Amino acid sequence: MAHSATSALMANPWNDPEAQPFIRIQGVSKSFGDYVAVNKIDLDIYQGELFSLLGGSGCGKTTLLRMLAGFETPTEGKIFIDGVDMSSIPPYERPVNMMFQSYALFPHMSVEQNVAFGLKQDGVPKKEIAERVAAILDMVQMGKFASRKPHQLSGGQRQRVALARALVKEPKVLLLDEPLGALDKKLREKTQFELVNIQERIGITFIVVTHDQEEAMTMSTRMAVMNQGMIEQVGSPVEVYEYPATRFVGEFIGSANMFEGTVVEEATDHAVVRCPELDADIFINHATNLPPGAPVVAMVRPEKMKAQVEKPESQYNYVRGVVTEIAYLGDMSIYHVRLATGMVVQISQTNLRHTAEQRLTWDDEVYLTWHPGNCVVLAQ
Amino acid sequence: MNTGRRSVWLLTAMILGYAFLYGPILSLIVYSFNESRLVTVWGGFSTKWYGELLQNQKLLDAAFLSLKIAALTATGAVVLGTLAALVLVRFGRFRGRTLFSGMVTAPLVMPEVITGLALLLLFVALEQLVGWPSGRSMTTIVLAHVTFTMAFVTVVVQSRLAQMDRSIEEAAMDLGARPFKVFMVITLPMIAPSLIAAWLLAFTLSLDDLVIASFVSGPGSTTLPMVVFSSVRLGVTPEINALATIIVALVAVGILVAARIQHRQDKQREKDMQRAYASE
Ligand SMILES: Nc1ncnc2c1ncn2[C@@H]1O[C@H](COP(=O)(O)OP(=O)(O)OP(=O)(O)O)[C@@H](O)[C@H]1O
Ligand SMILES: [Mg+2]
Repeated sequence: MAHSATSALMANPWNDPEAQPFIRIQGVSKSFGDYVAVNKIDLDIYQGELFSLLGGSGCGKTTLLRMLAGFETPTEGKIFIDGVDMSSIPPYERPVNMMFQSYALFPHMSVEQNVAFGLKQDGVPKKEIAERVAAILDMVQMGKFASRKPHQLSGGQRQRVALARALVKEPKVLLLDEPLGALDKKLREKTQFELVNIQERIGITFIVVTHDQEEAMTMSTRMAVMNQGMIEQVGSPVEVYEYPATRFVGEFIGSANMFEGTVVEEATDHAVVRCPELDADIFINHATNLPPGAPVVAMVRPEKMKAQVEKPESQYNYVRGVVTEIAYLGDMSIYHVRLATGMVVQISQTNLRHTAEQRLTWDDEVYLTWHPGNCVVLAQ
Repeated sequence: MNTGRRSVWLLTAMILGYAFLYGPILSLIVYSFNESRLVTVWGGFSTKWYGELLQNQKLLDAAFLSLKIAALTATGAVVLGTLAALVLVRFGRFRGRTLFSGMVTAPLVMPEVITGLALLLLFVALEQLVGWPSGRSMTTIVLAHVTFTMAFVTVVVQSRLAQMDRSIEEAAMDLGARPFKVFMVITLPMIAPSLIAAWLLAFTLSLDDLVIASFVSGPGSTTLPMVVFSSVRLGVTPEINALATIIVALVAVGILVAARIQHRQDKQREKDMQRAYASE
């Protein structure tokens, strides 16, 4: 995770009220006929960020990106890039380049000509074009395919050409629509790091669309989780994972156990939630800011739950169940535990020891416990 | 057994079908090599009618005129038809789109007699109003032919444009190319095969037309089909057979080339698609 190290050093501009956002999206909506694809989005993105737009299929990610690139006009709202209102600026004059979901390589041009196209439009001298094209093709390891036509390339190779073509102009903002979708897992992870490295080296702002949450988590400085044309939450990967703002975000990012219940006690330093599914009340070591009686969802991540055979001493934060399924994933195992009510809870454990010494097996009766700080309470 | 019988049946049907379609043409080709002046009597093999054809200045002039008209027509029709196709595919919904689309393709189903008559009336009216086109000549034939072949061009180009991935043009624009440049360096090369096919189609249609040309031609602008038609009314000569054979050969080559281009393009697209899916 190249990013977490650097972002700790870097002052985070989004926490600085003085900082000017580089891209400002103000109340932007886009309707196709009656269908609202993007719904009143407000978003500030800062210089040098690697910002991810994350969401399920059809939630409007591509549409938002296309509005930034200038291929769609917002039905409502305004977009500013580097302080300039983009409303009347055509795509060919915007300081952004886009890598298309379908790659959109020019089929009648070689790899080299594809990459050189953008520089040619800017009237860059021939010699410089040749140098820059060669350098960028080397960077994406496509140097030896320079004279091939797009239809002679595999999906992953095409993707890298598309990336090189968008990168070579060194725009102020690079928009990437599912840049790594066609790559296999290994190559994808490698390319993720490469992308982050490139981004840090040339320092341009990346906006990456993806529906792969792991990818968004590894690469981004911040991410926006979208649902049905709206943004549910914006935050750093840690914030979004540990403190989801809505039930949708909690379920979309990672796995989550959700218990529906009501607040029964609320104080400045703690709160108690009662859930019919659980044997004991949930104790949370901070205020929920919700009145007693408010319906809530309590979320506990699978890795935050511990399984033990003995009944816990505390009167809070546990539930009894039976192990019904074990999935061995190598580095860790996932257990399904069925509660008395029939609800199935997922827990995961890192496999520190060999499997032969595993403590839990099928049909074991266990108590699941968690720390008061590890439960997130979301208003219903 | 079953399949065997069916294939015999299919074979018979096919032979009969082809015989029906191409029998007359075949006999025409055979008789063009006939020694005898009588069209229905075989007098031995000879190519003398081809030689005689070359001496017939009237026929040669008409053939040359027809070729010129066809080339001009095809070029004009491809330009206008492509523009119409662009409007239909790219402008999205606009007021009167359905009407426009109907008007563009109407000549496909309009009886030629009506097209010809309407154009004749238009040219006469125009001449009285603005003095152009003065009289009926090659110009009026070309104009009339462009009008009716443009519909075919539009249909061919439209289908190709509709299949084209829009984001390829968007990518070019995104990289800094203005719309006109995008059209010239991205769109045109990508639809070029269909433009060639459409050109050949328009060329053939124009070369072949008798009805419309008869309406709008004037003295001194007699096209080949008109000459052929009028001379045949006085009796078929082996000379005409020879001429027809040459035309059939030309048209066959034209169609073959067009079909090959179309076929190669389809194959290419299929291959690209397979590759794209295989690599996903
Ligand atoms: N030109 C258009 N006309 C009509 N509807 C459209 C158009 N473009 C997009 N939509 C609709 O808008 C919605 C959002 O589309 P969009 O392409 O932004 O989704 P996405 O989040 O990128 O999805 P995916 O992850 O599948 O790429 C979809 O329901 C889509 O059908
Ligand atoms: Mg998309």
